[in-house]
Formats: sequence, structure tokens, C-alpha cells
Amino acid sequence: MKLSELVKEFGLTVKTGAGHLDSEVTGGYVSDLLSDVLAHAEDGNIWVTLHIHHNIVAVAAHAGLAGVVLIQGRVPEQDTIAKAEEEGIPIMVSELSAFELVGRLYKAGIRGAQAL
Amino acid sequence: MTLQRKDGLPDRMTKTQEMVYELTVGEVMPPTMVTVAPEQTMAELRVLLRDNRLSGTPVVENGKLVGMISIEDLINALTDNAISASIREKMKTKVECLYADELLVHCIAKFSKYGYRRYPVLNRDDQLVGIVTKGSIVEGLLKKLEVEYEQAESKVAVARQRPTMKKFFEDVSADEISFIFKYHVAGRSLKEAGKAASELKNALRKMGVCPPLLRRIGVATYEAEINLASYTMGGVIRAQVEKWGITVEAIDTGPGIPDVEKAQQAGFSTAPDWVRELGFGAGMGLVNMKKCADEMNLKSSVPEGTHLTMQFYYTS
Repeated sequence: MKLSELVKEFGLTVKTGAGHLDSEVTGGYVSDLLSDVLAHAEDGNIWVTLHIHHNIVAVAAHAGLAGVVLIQGRVPEQDTIAKAEEEGIPIMVSELSAFELVGRLYKAGIRGAQAL
Repeated sequence: MTLQRKDGLPDRMTKTQEMVYELTVGEVMPPTMVTVAPEQTMAELRVLLRDNRLSGTPVVENGKLVGMISIEDLINALTDNAISASIREKMKTKVECLYADELLVHCIAKFSKYGYRRYPVLNRDDQLVGIVTKGSIVEGLLKKLEVEYEQAESKVAVARQRPTMKKFFEDVSADEISFIFKYHVAGRSLKEAGKAASELKNALRKMGVCPPLLRRIGVATYEAEINLASYTMGGVIRAQVEKWGITVEAIDTGPGIPDVEKAQQAGFSTAPDWVRELGFGAGMGLVNMKKCADEMNLKSSVPEGTHLTMQFYYTS
């Protein structure tokens, strides 16, 4: 599924990287430990997190993620937005909790990383 | 393109499924065909089918398709002792046809609907232009797959020609060659942390370091930088690009790690609350770095500081 289709299907609000929604989502990862994401998320995954500070952009860039989805309608910090625009990393917001969102993503065919 | 599966899960369309929506009957149809005239005898048909290794053929009169005759009709004629009968008497006149500009997907549907083995192909002026069998569909699909495979392969070949780090060092010569990138990292603040790693990664990408290696170096350097910013008075990240590979060092000015071995255990952390609140400090940083690097060495003394060395080898 393309990121843009995912945005539409799950009613996500795109906060940054609107021009980078063309990539194919290879799977998903959910964690609020940044090192865990760096270690285990895979290229092209989407990452579900509650963090809103700018370090999420660096993590997404280094892990080669397709985008970051913030949960519970959280609002990214101003410098997070600036950095994400600079790096071309899509940050999207869902009103759902992590559990609900991940459950629905899984139902739509988004799977977690295979080899941990 | 996605198809909806019965259980509600979207499924990827296979390449072949995609191709039956792209190819037309005319494209997979063989360029030549054998036809017979209705006045010819079944005996003549027998010779023609045998010599051309066919199991059936269209019957044409004045350029128009008038019927289909097959090996089955021939066998029936033999059983009835009617080998001298004309084809006209024995042919089937109720014939299912396909149009040359129809998509293969319609053609396949027709095959399974009627169960005939071959279908005459007409143009939109109702003139016979060819014949398709299951064999021609398979051949057509294989041919298209081959073309697309060759195109993909030549793309890969072009990508391979892009200069890589390894290639660069093979092409130039000196007793010693190295590039050094140095970044200063402020301590006790995560505000700017991550900048060095991302700038180093950009530089290495421009030098032609391949993406999988780039990712490993990026992640490991980022973790090292986060450590400098979280736990030390500040320091430098230094990367040295050489013929055999890349060394990344993180060197700080204290306070040092009292127990280096313990610091490398998964889950061990001395992170203060402000670091943990940002999603770091779970005791995974050094473990991650070790996983990413081909070689890692950690030396530390209290209170002088810590010297981390990671080595990455070129893979291509």
C-alpha cells in the first residue's frame, strides 16, 4: 500500500512531507524507544509513536522509514516540523490510540518486521 | 494495483495478472496460420494436420471464416468411414471468435467458459487474422516477461556503473589515501543531537557508499552521537574513509564509563530522566552500535573520557 492510500484510508492528518507520500509502505513498527526503532524497524516501514520531539525525524531518516504516525492527535513540536520538512520525512497524525491504530493497520494488510 | 481478497485483505496483483490486462489477443497470436477450404476432403485435412502438427484449423471461403474443423471431427469421420467427405459436411459452423484488440483477460475467460482449445481471431471488419490456443497465451506472457526482465536487468547494469567507494579506491593510487570528516557534538543536551550523524551520512552517500552500509553507519553514528550528547561533557565524531572501509570514532572529554563491560549489556542504562523522557536511555545504544558495526571497540577511563571506535567494511 502506498503511504498516500494509507493516509486516505485511516484519515490521517499530514503535518509534514506532503510531497513524499508516494512511497510504498513495506510494513510497520510501533515503539516509543528510539533505539528499539533504530534496531528493528525496516526500510520503508511506518512508525507509530507518541513522541513529538525532533529526534523522531533523525530516527526516521536513519532507519529509512516511509513516515511517522503520531497517535492520540498529538501535535509535533515546531522544530520537529521544521526538521521533518528539511529531511522530507512525512509526519502524520491519527486520533486513535496506538493499540487501536496498529490493530486497524494490521487488518489492512500492514505487517510487522519479520526478522527481529 | 491491488485486488480485494475474499477475506478482506488487500492482495498484491501478480505480474502475470497485471499482464493479462495489458496484452491483447493480437499481440500473443502467432504470426502465421494454416487454413483449409470447405471443398477440401477430410483425407486432405488428415495430411495437413499431420504435416503441420496441428489439432485443428479454421475453414475459410472467399476470405471469410465459415467454420472450424478439428482432429476430433477427423476421428469421427474415420469411425463413420467418411474420410472422403468434404470438410464442409463435417466442420463446426457455430464458432466462438475473439477480436484481435480484445484483452487477454477476456480471452482467458472465454477459454474457461466454452472449453474449446483454439479460437479464431478476427479484426473489427470480421476478417480472419489468426488463431489463438492456450499455448500462444503462455508463449505471449513468457515473451513479455522476458522483455520486462531484460529491461530491469539493464537498469540494474546502469545502477552498477555508478561509482562506488570501493571502485574509487581501485582507480586512484597513492601510498595512503583517506578522507576525514569531523563533527563537534555538544554535551548534556539533545537539542542538536543527530546533526553530525545525518551530515556524515549525506557526505558518505555523495561519495557513493551503498545504501545498506550507509544505513548501518548512519544508525551506529546516531547512537554514538546520542551518547555523547546525553552522558558526556561533549566531544567529537570523527569518520575516516579509507581503501578497506570506514572508521567512525566518538571521542569525549569525560566523565568516562566506570564499568565498560556492564555498559555494553542490553538493557543496562544510567540515563537520567530527561533522556528517558525523550525515548532514549533504554540501554540499547551500545548494543545497536555493535550490531551495526563490523568491529567495535570501547575504551574508557574515569574521569578522562571515552573513546569508541567502530569499523565498517565495504560490501560492494
